[in-house]
Amino acid sequence: MRTSLKKRSALPGFGLATGWTVFYLSLIVLIPVSTLFFKSASLTWSQFWSVATGPRALAAYRLSLVASLVAASVNGVFGLVVSWILVRYRFPLRRLVDGLVDLPFALPTSVAGIVLTTLYAPTGRIGSLLAKIGIKVAYTPLGITVALVFIGLPFVVRTVQPVLQDLDPEIEESSESLGASFGRTFRRVLLPEILPAWVTGCTLAFARGLGEYGSVVFIAGNMPMRTEITPLLIMTKLDEFEYGQATAIAVVFLVVAFSLMLATNFLQRRKVALPVLG
Amino acid sequence: MSIEAREITKRFGSFVALDRVSLRVEAGELVALLGPSGSGKTTLLRIVAGLEFPDSGSVLFDGQDTTDRSAQDRGVGFVFQHYALFRHMSVYDNVAFGLTVKPRRERLPAAKIKARVHELLKLVQLDWLASQYPSQLSGGQRQRVALARALAVEPRVLLLDEPFGALDAKVRQELRRWLRRLHDEIHVTSIFVTHDQEEALEVADRVVVMNSGRIEQEGSPNDVYHHPASPFVYRFLGNINLFHARMEDGRVLISEPVNGRPVGPSEPLAYVRPHLMNIERQPHKPNQLAVWVRHINSAGPLVKVELATEHGDQIHVEISHERYEELGLNEDDAVFVSPRDVKVF
Amino acid sequence: MATTGLPGTTLRAVKVAARRDPALVRSGLIASGLCFLALFLVLPLMAVFASAFSGGIAAYWSAITQPEALSAVRLTLLAALIAVPLNVVFGLAASWCIARFDFTGKQLLLTLIDVPFTVSPVISGMLFVLLFGAQGVFGNWLIDHNIRIVFAVPGIVLATIFVTFPFVARELIPTMLALGSDEEQAALTLGASGWRTFLRVTLPNVKWSLLYGVILCNARAMGEFGAVSVVSGHIRGLTNTMPLYVEILYNDYQFSSAFAVASLLAMLALVTLVAKSIVEWKSARDLEASRRRENADEY
Repeated sequence: MRTSLKKRSALPGFGLATGWTVFYLSLIVLIPVSTLFFKSASLTWSQFWSVATGPRALAAYRLSLVASLVAASVNGVFGLVVSWILVRYRFPLRRLVDGLVDLPFALPTSVAGIVLTTLYAPTGRIGSLLAKIGIKVAYTPLGITVALVFIGLPFVVRTVQPVLQDLDPEIEESSESLGASFGRTFRRVLLPEILPAWVTGCTLAFARGLGEYGSVVFIAGNMPMRTEITPLLIMTKLDEFEYGQATAIAVVFLVVAFSLMLATNFLQRRKVALPVLG
Repeated sequence: MSIEAREITKRFGSFVALDRVSLRVEAGELVALLGPSGSGKTTLLRIVAGLEFPDSGSVLFDGQDTTDRSAQDRGVGFVFQHYALFRHMSVYDNVAFGLTVKPRRERLPAAKIKARVHELLKLVQLDWLASQYPSQLSGGQRQRVALARALAVEPRVLLLDEPFGALDAKVRQELRRWLRRLHDEIHVTSIFVTHDQEEALEVADRVVVMNSGRIEQEGSPNDVYHHPASPFVYRFLGNINLFHARMEDGRVLISEPVNGRPVGPSEPLAYVRPHLMNIERQPHKPNQLAVWVRHINSAGPLVKVELATEHGDQIHVEISHERYEELGLNEDDAVFVSPRDVKVF
Repeated sequence: MATTGLPGTTLRAVKVAARRDPALVRSGLIASGLCFLALFLVLPLMAVFASAFSGGIAAYWSAITQPEALSAVRLTLLAALIAVPLNVVFGLAASWCIARFDFTGKQLLLTLIDVPFTVSPVISGMLFVLLFGAQGVFGNWLIDHNIRIVFAVPGIVLATIFVTFPFVARELIPTMLALGSDEEQAALTLGASGWRTFLRVTLPNVKWSLLYGVILCNARAMGEFGAVSVVSGHIRGLTNTMPLYVEILYNDYQFSSAFAVASLLAMLALVTLVAKSIVEWKSARDLEASRRRENADEY
């Protein structure tokens, strides 16, 4: 009776395929990630703690978390609207708009960064208009949020869209034939169907916002304690060759990021589609 | 080429798919592996093909051990239930595939390949579809292409996994007969798997009835149908009525139908086929039951009569149209039934 | 669309039921949705090109033909040309592994493949600095052998490979799982070797997913900023990719030049979007064709 880690199967190539996969993964992922923990071990526990929870770090976490949360909420609302109109309504240039939704995925982040800054700076097209009513966007947390809205835009749309498309029209029809109003139908019948996908989309947008660097670093102004996001703090520490400190903050970030990933994987088990880019 | 499976055992986790199964198929035979889902018949077929490997036991082709050889080297032709045609290749390319992947030394020249492919397509009567793609064909057509493809490499054995299972009833019947004719022409050793007893009995030279990973009985269609070795075989190969029975003077007397109620382990039970029961107006044989006609269905080759005993137990009887007219049966008539042929287990 | 695996259909015809939504709701939603997209997508896109040409065509041309600009283009292309094929090979191997075999550790493998998606680009770059930087794990060994990885081209290429390697695998795995291995088993019984089966049966069946993955992988490889920024050291003319070069020009207040180079990247983004749509459309067409005649009753 043979017991093994792998069932013997008819198709060939297991050895070769797995071998290459494992080799590549080790090289590209395992070794780099493990050095992270290796390096942070070079700090003592109290050093680690003081850096990871120091006032500057805390300010950075707070900013990243709040900005990402607000941006994810905005995308949650408008992303739902956009996927709704794309799937259910007809309007001119519908297909063009649909393709354009992926622009934040395709556009390099530094390009997004400089153009958003230019637009929302006090001299920019939008910035100047807002300055007239006293709102400052560039170089403030508001600017960071704007950039994160741009970056996270496709996530909610692309997770909700397939679910909306696959909705059985009969469900709506039966609800209406039973006399329910549109609002009722939406709340009672449609919302539960799209809720898991919507939550996943928002979570992904949130996670992406936390780690975003390129599109934010230009519009933020990067003042420590005020407009310094976590990735920038890590970057600054690296520039100062403070590798241990940078690692400490990165570890905190990774713990949060991995928890989010586990949460989305869990949500995904409820049969929800997942965006590819992150 | 003869095939032998010796003491094959296969488990999937804790589920025992095959339990020391041994089978021998002679060269040129057309054998049916018949059984319900989970009986192990497909697993056995795939092990013979080399698409699965047994936990223990061996497979021999013409006496040679091929247990460890990969499917690639066994020279088997396999026809899948869902055709498994190469969706991006035309019908022609599908059939030619096996010939075009042979190693350079063995490969036929292009002209010969072309001739052979057309020959096979003519054999399955699909020559006119050679440039079509699988998505453009009907189910029956796809299965015939799959067959042609498998035959192209002149396999030593042909294995078919519920080949007609995905097709409509009418198509199934036509292809069934067609397969029998094909085998008569080509005489390649063939094993096919089915859960349809009608199909097995109609097509095969020999039927192997399987249940829960074991072989219940093997024999000619006649053998397994008329001389079943176990209650399972009897039930699986047709409808039955099941009665409590007792022996008297060497004869079997039936009493009430069992009708799903629990039965003691050593109680004798009588199995009677619906078409082997008589209906009489008057009682004159000792082995009879008094019943009432509940439902008559005369649309078909035989008239199906549903009867009930005084306790409400159901009995199914099939009689010829002549007999039906002779009796002049109507619903709620009181009549008597008796068995012509009884099997007791 | 961004789903696991290439989507079966792109925008389908609008469902009849939607016409029952109250007209006010409908127009309100369309208006707000389009305004949102106009503000956040269309305006920035147009602004890139407007600013790029704000100094005139001649300035635009000179900006993108500067030697430093050209070397940035070269480096970007180099990184993509190395990263994409390597990741394709990886993606094919990983999906063959995961979609065709049963073994313990499969879930772990899948999780590992997802790592670059979870990790911020800055941290991705940092990992390589920690490994290969002067103070890194291999730092001394590299200095002794006079090899520079960090702050040199190899580091950039490595960082690019890291952040883009999941793309192809993530497209291929669901597709190969959905296809099932029947066709490959059939090829095997017909005498085809593993390689033959892979080349003639598997690859043609996954070609759209593969292409889709390549498009995404390439877009990210050419556009990556954060990870590469950490690793590059920003040495002009040597270790700047196009996205980095844009940053340098901008920080130097050479705005129209920065946008000129940025416009090239924006055009690449648009080409990517178009290519994506074409592949999605073709894949949907293929899927529709194979769904036809599923239950034909002809003999």
